Amino acid sequence: MIQFQYERASTAKAAVSALANNAKIIAGGTNLVDLMKRNVMAPAKLIDINSLPLRSIEQQNGKMIIGALALNSQVADDKLVLEKHPLLSKALNAGASAQIRNMATVGGNMMQRTRCSYFYDTALPCNKREPGSGCGALEGVNRMHAIFGTSDKCIAVHPSDMCVALVALDAIVVVSGPKGERRIPFDDFHRLPGSQPEKDNTLQKDELIISVEIPDNTFSKNCHYFKVRDRTSYAFALVSVAAALDLDGKNIKEARLAMGGVAHKPWRLKEAEKALAGKPATEETFRQAAEIAMQGAKAFKHNAFKLKLGPNVIVEALKNAAGLV
Amino acid sequence: MNEAFFDKKEYKPLDRVDGRLKVTGAAKYSAEYALPNMAYGVLVGSRIAKGTIKSIDSKAAERAPGVLAVISHLNVIKIPGYAARGVHPSEPPTGGQPLRVFYDNKVYSNDQPIAIVVATSLEKAQYGASLVKVQYDQQEHQTDFEANAKNAVIAAAAKKNPKSPTADYDRGQTDAFETAPFRIEAEYVLPTEMHNPMELQAITAHWEADDRLTIYDKVQGTKTTQKTFAKEWDVPEQNVKVIATFVGGAFGNGLHSWPHESAAIIAAKQVKRPVKVVLTREQMFTMVGYRPRTWQKIQMGAAKDGKLVAINHHSIGQTSTYEEFTETTLMQTRMMYASPNVSTRYRLLPLNVATPIWMRGPGEATGAFALESAMDEMAHAIGMDPIEFRLANYTETDPDKNMPWSTKYMRECYEEGKKRIGWENRKLKPGSVRDGEWLVGYGMGTGTFGANRGPATVKAELDLEGNLVMHCAITDIGPGTATAMVQVASNTTGIAPEKITFHLGSSEFPNAGLQGGSSTVNSVGPAVQAACNALKEQLITMAAAKSGPDFGAAKPDDIMFEKGEIQLSGKSSAKLKLSDLFKQNNIQKIEATQESKPSENGKKYSMNAFSMHFAMVHVHPFTGQVRVKKIVCCADAGTIVSPKTAESQMIGGATGGIGMALTEDAVMDHRFGRYVTKDFGDYHVPVHADVPDIDVYFVNKPDLLADPVGSKGLGEIAIIGVAPAIANAVFNATGKRVRHLPITPDKLLGL
Repeated sequence: MIQFQYERASTAKAAVSALANNAKIIAGGTNLVDLMKRNVMAPAKLIDINSLPLRSIEQQNGKMIIGALALNSQVADDKLVLEKHPLLSKALNAGASAQIRNMATVGGNMMQRTRCSYFYDTALPCNKREPGSGCGALEGVNRMHAIFGTSDKCIAVHPSDMCVALVALDAIVVVSGPKGERRIPFDDFHRLPGSQPEKDNTLQKDELIISVEIPDNTFSKNCHYFKVRDRTSYAFALVSVAAALDLDGKNIKEARLAMGGVAHKPWRLKEAEKALAGKPATEETFRQAAEIAMQGAKAFKHNAFKLKLGPNVIVEALKNAAGLV
Repeated sequence: MNEAFFDKKEYKPLDRVDGRLKVTGAAKYSAEYALPNMAYGVLVGSRIAKGTIKSIDSKAAERAPGVLAVISHLNVIKIPGYAARGVHPSEPPTGGQPLRVFYDNKVYSNDQPIAIVVATSLEKAQYGASLVKVQYDQQEHQTDFEANAKNAVIAAAAKKNPKSPTADYDRGQTDAFETAPFRIEAEYVLPTEMHNPMELQAITAHWEADDRLTIYDKVQGTKTTQKTFAKEWDVPEQNVKVIATFVGGAFGNGLHSWPHESAAIIAAKQVKRPVKVVLTREQMFTMVGYRPRTWQKIQMGAAKDGKLVAINHHSIGQTSTYEEFTETTLMQTRMMYASPNVSTRYRLLPLNVATPIWMRGPGEATGAFALESAMDEMAHAIGMDPIEFRLANYTETDPDKNMPWSTKYMRECYEEGKKRIGWENRKLKPGSVRDGEWLVGYGMGTGTFGANRGPATVKAELDLEGNLVMHCAITDIGPGTATAMVQVASNTTGIAPEKITFHLGSSEFPNAGLQGGSSTVNSVGPAVQAACNALKEQLITMAAAKSGPDFGAAKPDDIMFEKGEIQLSGKSSAKLKLSDLFKQNNIQKIEATQESKPSENGKKYSMNAFSMHFAMVHVHPFTGQVRVKKIVCCADAGTIVSPKTAESQMIGGATGGIGMALTEDAVMDHRFGRYVTKDFGDYHVPVHADVPDIDVYFVNKPDLLADPVGSKGLGEIAIIGVAPAIANAVFNATGKRVRHLPITPDKLLGL
């Protein structure tokens, strides 16, 4: 491991002002420490924010506010979350392992890096790790890789399950920087690789995630997180889908739909949502929406199966959300 | 020993005698020895798969804080065992030679260790290793099995010896397949799999004197390792001490001596301090062997009544370019079923990769995937129940060796397994059973492994308080060897298990072979018996000389111990206090050392353990997910000495089989010859959620022709046949035959 400085921040402001010169925030450390051990990331300084008062989960003025340091397991088991946003709980429990969920925080989950093998091995090319070195996955082993929003510089996927639920729930990310607070719609937080795959998200170098807000909604009765992976637990998604329905009898008033394991960011499916609104909650409706959702998907050598699996998982998630299974 | 021996007293299955030490962290593993003045070594791996090292710039590393040395082929001391004709001291399984670390500038595989950085702390050594800059002359490498399969060759051992298990084999007519009424022909692929024991490979090397070496090393054989390094350093064997008291799983990768071990020993010599080397998880994929990728083709012919007409089985296994690793992939095909015509062809494919090594159930597990899948395919083609089809081809003698079996109780396994899995719910027509959205399927597969036995010696001591202490050099990689040996000693003597201790895992102890090939209980168990009986002989002699009950005509079998008393069986009045006897003879303890060796029975009987695994699976038709809902493991393994640990061993084997069937796959990017799945996140071993209730049934009938304990070995058959059982169940559920493992969801889409 390459040497680094370690500093414990006692206020959010102090953390923000310390965020200069290749410094990184550490919270649960479940991903960053691995990356440092492998020399993939070598921050000169770590700023430990674990003593900041950002662990609470509260309901205020029509929205839920989840502190950036709330643990994944804490959020997944929280009574308020289970009552108002069970989709988030389901997505969290589909991710990682119990041990990791006990360490990982909400902010850290959003900031985790891709699990692309080329990113992790410093002997292999990766534009995300080393801009200009090339994308190893593009012509290499790309079974786990993206089918939406790829570029010729990067086809990695964002690995989070939690974020798939949060993007579907129209969450807002509250961040703090030198100029004060900024609110970022969840769908704008993570970005597509384009020509700068080294940038995972739109958080500025001197900004700190403070909380995530989820506006009240009417999806708590009919929602589901369906994740298909290579083993039953502790594996990243081949494809996952967060589905939420507001049902009026058998008709869909409003729908929310997002996919994981398919893009450089949690992939919100707004066109498919539109196609679901006002339709009866039937398998046929779901199948039509799934076809719309998959428009524009592009496969590589080893991940063509995702073109087939993707719509099936959308249909299964919606069937489960609607109580048809 | 009479057949009823193990019925002498009712079994009270023992808990692991070392369980408490393990769960409390008191058990000391190879990486946990902290020696005074110890230094830490970190290996630098090559970043090309083939070529030569042009230069190594280690200046920055050498200047880094705490770095004691950077050792490579450029500055390594002379290693006596490397010299002369350049033959590495450890015996290669067949042709070629193991890699000699830091020998020259040649690179044979990606991540081959090419330098070691030694420093005063692990972190300093890691940092130093990150600063080593290497320049290469790269050559074109070949790692892609499919692209190179045409270059497969016959093994050197087979060329030398036509009776080698890897030699071409023909029984009956070689063209019988062509005219068989029912024919199937199929190709099967097993990807490279990694052992991935929980414990990382670790060694702490300490030169206690210039010619005296102690290593705390994660190995499966203390004596074989002792021999290897004695030869490598040209020192007397007794000058090399190998300690492996606890081994945290191995599954075969401790059966070979590896470059990191030599590197640690070299480093310790060069920096004149004890040196510890612990591999990283990524290095576990490249430096300590693996189950080789294997392609197989089976042609099978059968008649309408289900009688096999012919089996032609062809296999190609991957190996390195410097060392031939072979395994007995095709042996089951020769002897499992009564087919009059059988041909097998075994070939090796040398690639620019590291050498493979036996991994649990080794070649047999690979071969069984193809053979038992093909049996299922043929049963389906004929329209027969797969068990009926196998029973139609049941053989009462070994058709390969033309010898009777020592014992074979597979019929019991078929009956019991059928009952326990609920075989009656299986439908002949695939895809016809559902549970909600899920498709339901049943499958089974069989396995066999030779009841291998080797020489072993045990020293036993009995003190006047009735404590029995034994020593043997055997290792325990997890199955519960000490527990089983305590059980054997308790059954032999009548001494309560809590008064018996079995020490293992040191080359200082009496000789034993490797813990591998399911050979421990049937090799060391008889030595325990023999040593205990020798103690009894001494006691009888002592007792006979004393007035009182008549022990004069007694034989070892006639006496047992009960609460510190020696008891003549059948005569409750005939007993002596052990302490009195010892005091009268003015001794504190007695001891006996006994060796036990295989008998000549192997020349007259074919001795094998058999297993039969049943699986019930659910398959999701739209997402391709497979859930194993139940597994039943049946084993004809002779006497089950330690029921609890034996059951655990079966559960572990079945779990490994689930990994083989559904999840495990070491994927390489052939442009670089480098693995891309090389940690527990990417290389999927089964997790709890993948493992269902595993129901274990033991026939538990002794095989006294095999050895005096009657045991035939369990470790290998626990996994052999599990993967095809699951693959066959997936076929029964879906009608889709997956012949290329693992059966991941993408392979079952579009059902």
